[in-house]
Amino acid sequence: MALSLINMVMHLVLLAAAPPLMLGLIQRTKALLAGRKGPPLLQPYYDLYKLLRKGIVLSKTATWIFRAGPMVTLVAVLLGGLLVPFGTSAAPLHFQGDVILLIYVLALARFFTSLAALDTGSSFEGMGAAREVTFACLSEAALMLGLLVLIKFSGSLSLNTMLRAPAMHAFAMLPVASLMLAAVGMFIVLLAENARIPVDDPATHLELTMIHEVMVLDHSGPLLALVNYGAAVKLFVFAALFLHFVPPVPSASPALNWAVFAAEMLGVAVAIGLVESLMARLRLTHVPTLLVAASLLCGFGFILMLR
Amino acid sequence: MEALQRQPVQRWVAQCDGCIRVHDEAMIRVWMNLILLAVVLSGLSGAWGLLSTGRHAWGQWVASACMALAGVLGVGAGLAALAGNKTLVIQYPGVLPGIAMHLKLDALAAFFLVLIFVVGAAASIYGLGYWPQARRRRTAQKLQFVYGLMIAAMAMVTLAADAVVFLTAWEVMVVAGFFLISTEDERADTRQAGWVYLVATHVGTLSLFGVFALMHAATHSYMLAAIPPADGAVVRLCIFLLALLGFGIKAGLMPLHFWLPGAHGNAPSHVSATLSGVLLKMGIYGLLRILMCLPQPPAAWGVVVLSLGAMSAVFGVAFALGQHDLKRLLAYHSIENIGIILMGLGVALIGVAEGHPMWVLFGMAGCLLHVWNHGLFKSLLFLGAGSVISATGSRKIDALGGLARLMPWTAALFLLGAWAICGLPPLNGFISELLVYIGALVPATHAGAGGWAAVSLAAVALAVAGALALACFVKVYGAVFLGMPRSKQALRTREVSLAMRVPMVVLAVMCLVIGLFPMVVLTPLEHAVGVWAWPMGGSKRLATAVPWRELSIAGLALVTGAGLIWLLMRRSSSLRLRRAEPTWGCGYVQGTARMQYTASSLAQMLVAMLRWVLLPVQQGGAPAGIFAGRASFHSDVPDLVTDRLLFRFWRWLQLRLRPMRRVHQGSIQRYLLYILLVLFVLLLTLVPVWTIVRHMLAP
Repeated sequence: MALSLINMVMHLVLLAAAPPLMLGLIQRTKALLAGRKGPPLLQPYYDLYKLLRKGIVLSKTATWIFRAGPMVTLVAVLLGGLLVPFGTSAAPLHFQGDVILLIYVLALARFFTSLAALDTGSSFEGMGAAREVTFACLSEAALMLGLLVLIKFSGSLSLNTMLRAPAMHAFAMLPVASLMLAAVGMFIVLLAENARIPVDDPATHLELTMIHEVMVLDHSGPLLALVNYGAAVKLFVFAALFLHFVPPVPSASPALNWAVFAAEMLGVAVAIGLVESLMARLRLTHVPTLLVAASLLCGFGFILMLR
Repeated sequence: MEALQRQPVQRWVAQCDGCIRVHDEAMIRVWMNLILLAVVLSGLSGAWGLLSTGRHAWGQWVASACMALAGVLGVGAGLAALAGNKTLVIQYPGVLPGIAMHLKLDALAAFFLVLIFVVGAAASIYGLGYWPQARRRRTAQKLQFVYGLMIAAMAMVTLAADAVVFLTAWEVMVVAGFFLISTEDERADTRQAGWVYLVATHVGTLSLFGVFALMHAATHSYMLAAIPPADGAVVRLCIFLLALLGFGIKAGLMPLHFWLPGAHGNAPSHVSATLSGVLLKMGIYGLLRILMCLPQPPAAWGVVVLSLGAMSAVFGVAFALGQHDLKRLLAYHSIENIGIILMGLGVALIGVAEGHPMWVLFGMAGCLLHVWNHGLFKSLLFLGAGSVISATGSRKIDALGGLARLMPWTAALFLLGAWAICGLPPLNGFISELLVYIGALVPATHAGAGGWAAVSLAAVALAVAGALALACFVKVYGAVFLGMPRSKQALRTREVSLAMRVPMVVLAVMCLVIGLFPMVVLTPLEHAVGVWAWPMGGSKRLATAVPWRELSIAGLALVTGAGLIWLLMRRSSSLRLRRAEPTWGCGYVQGTARMQYTASSLAQMLVAMLRWVLLPVQQGGAPAGIFAGRASFHSDVPDLVTDRLLFRFWRWLQLRLRPMRRVHQGSIQRYLLYILLVLFVLLLTLVPVWTIVRHMLAP
């Protein structure tokens, strides 16, 4: 009982505090690979603090939806974070069918981010919203197929059981081929949903980006802080989700579980940094091909499990 | 072995006898009488107005008051009957010579009745503001009269227990629908939509006659009773296919949807709300009733329904993406949602065939709850669209914009409807889509399901349809309500009257309540599902199988969380340091409303991706040359069936059948003569043929 309480507190603390660190780690990886020193690891926190103290510039065209956008988005991804188990410890909120809730809170976040973008009346932000909702149609199929692999394997519709099932079974029992196919697909989904290279470039802040940074162009001050924090949480949740597709390191003690989880998240951050350093951004018209490939990988993973 | 296989059949027949037996329950009689009173009230609601000269509005007030009263009576009695979960059959002998009339009230009928009366009353009250008699003198009286008739007829369809009542009520319903759709018959496209509807719906009625004739041949009775499975697979298959055709046309199933976008787009908006929210569901209701008469369906039926449903869901929303007309777009979304409803039914049918009670339970619960939910949020959206149209006079999405500032109520309510139809938490659409998802995913969780785990791929179709719907409503809401007004009409807009806002608020509150507290629908849903699913071998564990409490907690957490952040942001000092500036145009300062991203551009990538099915038509293009002249661009997504197949076929047919025109002279005497002649010919030919056939068949 006490143990589960500690685990839950750890989950909440990590969900609330760790996401910006992940951004810092990615930036550091990219800086090191480029031969630069790079900003401090805690730079994303400093940025959030700075933004929270600033004033807000609102567009004259915008309505309450513009302000509600970042708030609803943040709450939605935080709720998603409560559903995904971190490592082998249980998620704070779990029930049969919560896998659908996860997909749909992410959709809710997308709905409000896109609406807030359109609320400014800027054609540039409209383009970002159009791309976001378009690519999501493909990445949502891939996400569903990837999750189907674990649903089939675990026989459960609760993320808590589904996602932890690979860690609960002996390695010999795992459908390794399916999991590996799905893992590659899910990594692509992770990159696409979080607007990372090769789908979008988060580094060029203004006019050169294509999807996420475009949509939030008019947000400023505390609203931008909410947007950035929400994006970091989303990345963190997706990374935690992705980790369950990678054949796990079994660990007996709970303390070790958190250490393994931290190490694995570091690994994901470095992997994203590597991808961003070594690859160029794809042409916009090629993004659907990549996402369809992700769906196919996850789909084959599922079909391999049909008997 | 033989006896073992026959056993469930006999139980089914026995249970059916149980249904038909009149229960000695006093209360259900009271509910039945109240519902019949509501039917009479709504049926006559518009009749009083016919007595007035049409110059005064009292007729309309009386009609709306009657509809509201009928709504209160019908919803109250319907909910009470749902809670009581009893069955009552009433017999009226000798209405027609030799044929008794049967009415039956059970939980499934009550479930649909509640929806009919809620939407019927809400749309009627909305009509006070939207279609006022003072301004619409020519059409308002007719509209109210026919509208009341249609609501009453729909209620009678759900109450019908035999073929005669069913088909009579059905025909009144669809013909009333025709008059409502062609209310604005001075416009050519309205007339065309009306005719397409009339033809389509009568093809449907014809196949329903086939269904009931075959059922009569099998059971020797016009009652909607079960056909013993031993009676021949071919007959049962024919009944199923004819019912799928007849009710599929009514429900707007994908290849049979062709009449729907035009009809729902061209009817007055409050009528569209009723047509989309309720009338389509009569097709679902009929299909459910006929399937109840065909116990032990083969799994292939479930696969057919599931595939057709998945196709409707994905392609319905795909066609919606290409539309420029607000109401046509909403109409295509009805096709999508009918698809979702049928996906639930398909899973349930496969569950029945394969003997998995939980599949039946989840599939059926999702199917029925989505019937309610779609009825609520789609009528809300159509009423919202009506407000936009009555305020701006335009249905063109790309001519609007910035209405959220000018019509805050309509904007907020339409947002709620869009939120719900995308299936996003914490609104009602999420709850029913979740049930359909669980239904589709449950086969993958069963170790013994074998290849049926592939049913779960339907969940992927549902996910894609959901993401497309989200894209579509981002497009609609962004273009209509957000940004800057794109035209003069959109600039001169005021919020609509109270009579139009109140029904929308009521519908929105219902969406919100079902979404945040889904346990309120548990009892009605359990009883309605039970009527269909338990005799078919479904599970009775709806209360425990679905995490009602956790769903409520998650929804409330979303609302409280967002509220908390809102409060924190208000209190923080930053909002005091607030400036209003023009939107950042990347350094370009003179942005105009015409430079905004339009709805068509927003959907352009998706339409291009789906061009292999949408086949968009484009005219014009980018300006060319160094001194570019004027250029224009227009793109349109015509309907695959209506515009590409049906009209061409009709044109061809018209040319071929030109000689037949001589027969049509337009005088009634002549037509009566034709009918008489045809009857004579039939009698003279069929009777001898039939006698010969009987002689040949006789041993």
